Amino acid sequence: MGIFKKKQELIYSKPADASTAQAFKHGDLITRLSFFIFGLGNLINKQIVRGVVFLLFEIGYLAYMISFGIGALGDMITLGTVEQGEVYNEALGIYEYSLGDNSMLCLLYGVITLFITAAIVFIACMSGKSAYATQFRKEKNMHIPSFRDDLKSLTEENLHSMLLSLPIIGIIVFTIVPLVFMILIAFTSYDRDHQPPGKLFEWVGLSNFTAMFSQGGKLAATFWPVLSWTLIWAVLATSTCYILGLMLALLINRKGTRIKGFWRFMFVLSVAVPQFVTLLSMRTIFNANGPVNVLLRDFGIIGATESIPFFTNPLYAKITIICINIWIGVPFTMLSTTGILQNIPGELYEAARIDGASAPTIFRKITLPYMLFVMTPNLITSFTGNINNFNVIFLLSGGGPDSMDYYYAGKTDLLITWLYRLTITQKDYNLGAVIGILTFIILATVSLLTYRHTGSYKDEGAFQ
Amino acid sequence: MKTKRFIVNSACHILLAFLSFIWVLPIFYVILTSFRKEGGSYKSYIWPKEYTLDNYINLFHGGGTNIDFVRWFTNTLVIAIFSTLISAFFVLCVSYVMSRLRFKMRKKFLNIALILGMFPGFMSMVAVYYILKGLGFLETGVLKQVALVIVYSAGSGLGFYMAKGFFDMIPKTIDEAAYIDGATKWDTFIHITIPMSKPIITYTLITSFMGPWVDYIFAKVIMGNDTKYYTIAIGLWTMLEKEYVEYYYTQFYAGCVIISIPLLILFLLTQSCYVEGVSGAVKG
Repeated sequence: MGIFKKKQELIYSKPADASTAQAFKHGDLITRLSFFIFGLGNLINKQIVRGVVFLLFEIGYLAYMISFGIGALGDMITLGTVEQGEVYNEALGIYEYSLGDNSMLCLLYGVITLFITAAIVFIACMSGKSAYATQFRKEKNMHIPSFRDDLKSLTEENLHSMLLSLPIIGIIVFTIVPLVFMILIAFTSYDRDHQPPGKLFEWVGLSNFTAMFSQGGKLAATFWPVLSWTLIWAVLATSTCYILGLMLALLINRKGTRIKGFWRFMFVLSVAVPQFVTLLSMRTIFNANGPVNVLLRDFGIIGATESIPFFTNPLYAKITIICINIWIGVPFTMLSTTGILQNIPGELYEAARIDGASAPTIFRKITLPYMLFVMTPNLITSFTGNINNFNVIFLLSGGGPDSMDYYYAGKTDLLITWLYRLTITQKDYNLGAVIGILTFIILATVSLLTYRHTGSYKDEGAFQ
Repeated sequence: MKTKRFIVNSACHILLAFLSFIWVLPIFYVILTSFRKEGGSYKSYIWPKEYTLDNYINLFHGGGTNIDFVRWFTNTLVIAIFSTLISAFFVLCVSYVMSRLRFKMRKKFLNIALILGMFPGFMSMVAVYYILKGLGFLETGVLKQVALVIVYSAGSGLGFYMAKGFFDMIPKTIDEAAYIDGATKWDTFIHITIPMSKPIITYTLITSFMGPWVDYIFAKVIMGNDTKYYTIAIGLWTMLEKEYVEYYYTQFYAGCVIISIPLLILFLLTQSCYVEGVSGAVKG
């Protein structure tokens, strides 16, 4: 009896798992037609609500395409043809603007239309598969799910579609669509000389990328130094915060330390204060006339009118930023390592002590390897986070000191802050997009090389 | 042996005291400046000549002017509450699905999320701005606030790693026991998993609540010059702009102290959850 029941279930679940190709191959005429007339198979078999919903999607899409979508796709290819004109109106004595095409909106609407089309293709496949499932059940004389059954399945086998629908819509509309749009911008001439709505911009292929890498160009002369500083910064910021934070956690957690809670509180205090507050006050503290310079003058270490150029000398600025970042980052590491340190099996330490290992050896042979093993994914995230660490650089030095050899960048600019300057300040959106893509390539390479080798990626389900 | 241990212990404590002194110093400077009576930005001394509470009192009497601290505070509070609720809901949904349910697109979704996380966040900001404009969200100040809530919470589904790691550690046998008792997967999610996940829920709530208080870039791009609808971060930044800095410099620090206190209390109350959440995910 038990076996029979299981078999029944197997057949029952089969049509739902059929792929689109299978559905098309094995489906009858109505099923195949359902790929083009949405919901047909459902409507014929009295699954009215399901069928009508499918059909409404198709009608809506067709109405959209006829009224707007087809034109939008055409505009996306040309990026607009009519430039905004200026006509002198003699009767009024003013310049009048004739309405032109807005290349930016052409591109944006084109991208949106492409996404809507992709969604409708997806729904077409769903419609076809749904028709096939109904056909299959009818042939086998199985129960055809009513609308009520469909709703019920949302709390059971289709729970994932219910829980994921809203988050995924949010991600598509506000993350993926904008991203695709910006990636496409990298292949256009959307810079400060081609600003819609006044001017048109056009597709230029790879020329922005070649400009970025061309020997002797100002862009290339900016890109490579900024890239190398970004990498140096990311390595230094991640490693210093990690090592010092770990040492601090060890110091607080060691057996002899009293009032552990109090020490932890002192360091956590700086985590709890909003970062822009601490960063902005750090900026004041290290300013040419800020308290640090004042103190140094009072102690007579520097002259009464001198000041140490914490943010105006390139080398000093870099050192200052890394030191301030230690101040910010160490408590975070301290917090997250504390929990893990307490999880290291005590027997390991005991065994080592019996063998006569000294404290440094224990740290080197047990604590550090264990921490590295557990925290590798964390380290990678913080490395990529540091490559994109906008706040620290922007609020501390603003990328400065500026350099004449660079294309609108300063000596402490990271790729990400340079991207900000290029887009928000300079309006060179195409160059900003190129930087964004290059940053992505760097991050993807680093993450793929390291992340795929970590245990937590390989046996993701090991704990279940 | 005993004296040696005593020396080591004392050295450690002295080192800790020295380090915590360094770590607390900048915060102390912020508090000190917030009580300074003499206006203006940089001074050639550290200890204020006179102390006053006026910086705090004046903050609350800025109504009607461009610098309206109370209004910024409430703006941010409302935005933070709404975006926290939405993003916490999104994060919990996605992480539960990724941890517990197995379906066709799962692996693909995980990989896509990983890839999306590698693009610089505000690379897409310009496009987001125009999408919101196209949807008509940038017409009035209130709609701009709604737009800000959407921006903060819409993509939050991607930040599911931490919570997924936590869910991964809840034994699956508990779920199976519930299924045998006739619970649907939805019931299990709501009545079993959620009540067991207090630390990670608190962690998710705190992190998404903190976001709007400290975000500068998105808020600035969306709000433009609508000072009335500013959030606290761009509002305080405004005080440091050239035309305001001489008068508002000390008030800026008073404002910083005021917003730090609730965030600090919140953080300390939930610190244990934070630690549990962080280390839990790492283990998973």
